[in-house]
Amino acid sequence: MCGIVGLYLKNEALYSQLGALFKPMLVEMTSRGPDSAGVAIYRDPVPSDQVKFSLAHDSNQFDWKSLASDLSQALDCSADVSQRDTHGILVTSGDEKAVQTWLAENAPDVRVVGSGSSVEIYKETGLPEDVYERFGLENAEGRHMIGHTRMATESAVTTAGSHPFATGADLCLVHNGSLSNHNRLREELKRKGVTFGSQNDSEVAAAYLTWKLRQGVSLKDALEQALDDLDGFFTFCIGTSDGFAVLRDPIACKHAVLAETDDWVAMATEYRAIATLPGAAQAKVWEPRPSTVYAWGAETLDGQAANAFEHADKGAA
Amino acid sequence: MNVMDFQEVGLREINSTLQSLEPLSNNREWVIDNPMGQHAIACGLNAPLSVHIRGNVGFYCAGMNQQAEVTIDGHAGVGLAENMMSGIVRVKGNASQSAGATGHGGLLVIEGDASSRCGISMKGIDIVVGGSVGHMSAFMGQVGHLVVCGNAGEALGDSIYEAKLYVAGSVESLGADCIEKEMTAEHEQTLADLLERAQINKDVKTFRRYGSARKLYNFDIDHADEY
Repeated sequence: MCGIVGLYLKNEALYSQLGALFKPMLVEMTSRGPDSAGVAIYRDPVPSDQVKFSLAHDSNQFDWKSLASDLSQALDCSADVSQRDTHGILVTSGDEKAVQTWLAENAPDVRVVGSGSSVEIYKETGLPEDVYERFGLENAEGRHMIGHTRMATESAVTTAGSHPFATGADLCLVHNGSLSNHNRLREELKRKGVTFGSQNDSEVAAAYLTWKLRQGVSLKDALEQALDDLDGFFTFCIGTSDGFAVLRDPIACKHAVLAETDDWVAMATEYRAIATLPGAAQAKVWEPRPSTVYAWGAETLDGQAANAFEHADKGAA
Repeated sequence: MNVMDFQEVGLREINSTLQSLEPLSNNREWVIDNPMGQHAIACGLNAPLSVHIRGNVGFYCAGMNQQAEVTIDGHAGVGLAENMMSGIVRVKGNASQSAGATGHGGLLVIEGDASSRCGISMKGIDIVVGGSVGHMSAFMGQVGHLVVCGNAGEALGDSIYEAKLYVAGSVESLGADCIEKEMTAEHEQTLADLLERAQINKDVKTFRRYGSARKLYNFDIDHADEY
């Protein structure tokens, strides 16, 4: 089953309420996914000579300060870490690849769940409301967030199997559906040097996009190629540094709804997750078409400035 | 007029109140506020009520409707008026997938766009869509009419039986065994009546008619002796 939600604030006056507005959206999708939950929030971008890593550990007692200090000494770089429950947000001037290699060798228990300049990814097993509160996101400020509530079907209920999955710098994906060809595709991607942290089918979709983007393919083209290469049911919401994108499989098997007002754009598996947003009752509400890339804040989509109303008016919504 | 606030009384109270009204009850006018996209609102009604839902509703709104007139001021989620038997269901906004699925009778009016599989397996319902419909609409449609004032998506009328389809705009593609058919004066009259009942103003001359080629059936009357 699973539920996915995304919120992009168009009105800057609402940025201070992002975490508060997003919480009921995620919690409303609990009945679709009570196993685990996760969010990606875009906030506090770091300077261009630094990288922000979202790291996770099985224990919330992990000593993040020592890790940062060791990393700083070993790579002769700055390294500041702030802990949020089982996750650590590391901001470092170290080279991204060098930091990842150092972490893999010196802290194999630490998982890299995301990286970029502004994205922070938090995910855990448990009820969505509990997960959200553990990471202290209610007062979070920012422009956009995406989230996922999971009812596991294809792989185990673990933190590593939870969404969102990172797909590159400031990019991540949440997925509602199931992929049929994930085993074969995973093996193909492994041969191309892509690494995996779980047996999860959605991680394969994320890895597929990661690999395409590494080849220099634009996100929009990568998503369109995914329509050919991924076999199965999916509604994806993809977070980018500028906004989010939505894509459904060619037969639109899994639910999805979009809503837009002058103040915000929201996507959800079901409209009830959007209903608590201010002005939702007056919003333009429609179902996204299959095989169509929708995007807001679309600079990373190769300059495609997608207009929601244009999409809605193009034909069957 | 009676008003029920979904946030105050909840789904069960609303549905059991509306379902328990006698056909001759004087309490015929109902308003439901704050539906908040919740599912299965105003399902299973069986009395000549007028129910006005002010807001966006979730899945399966007004399912199995008999006699009642249900109006939704907003968007309707998946399975709107599923298996409707009679009465009128009207949505002022857009509708998600499978609107009017398996409907046996009555009139469903979608003033905006309907998504995919609108009228799937329709069995006598009349559906009038002010905007466009998505792919696989009227799939295996058996009886009834689907009127689309905008465009139709891929595979319109796939594996259709005897449902009659009228589309004013473009048809992305026709499904298996669905063909364009001649529009006679009789069909124009039927269409004009449907549009009038739906209170949608559109020139019948702009429509084309589609229906079954009757080639997919296992049973072919010309070969009856061979079976």
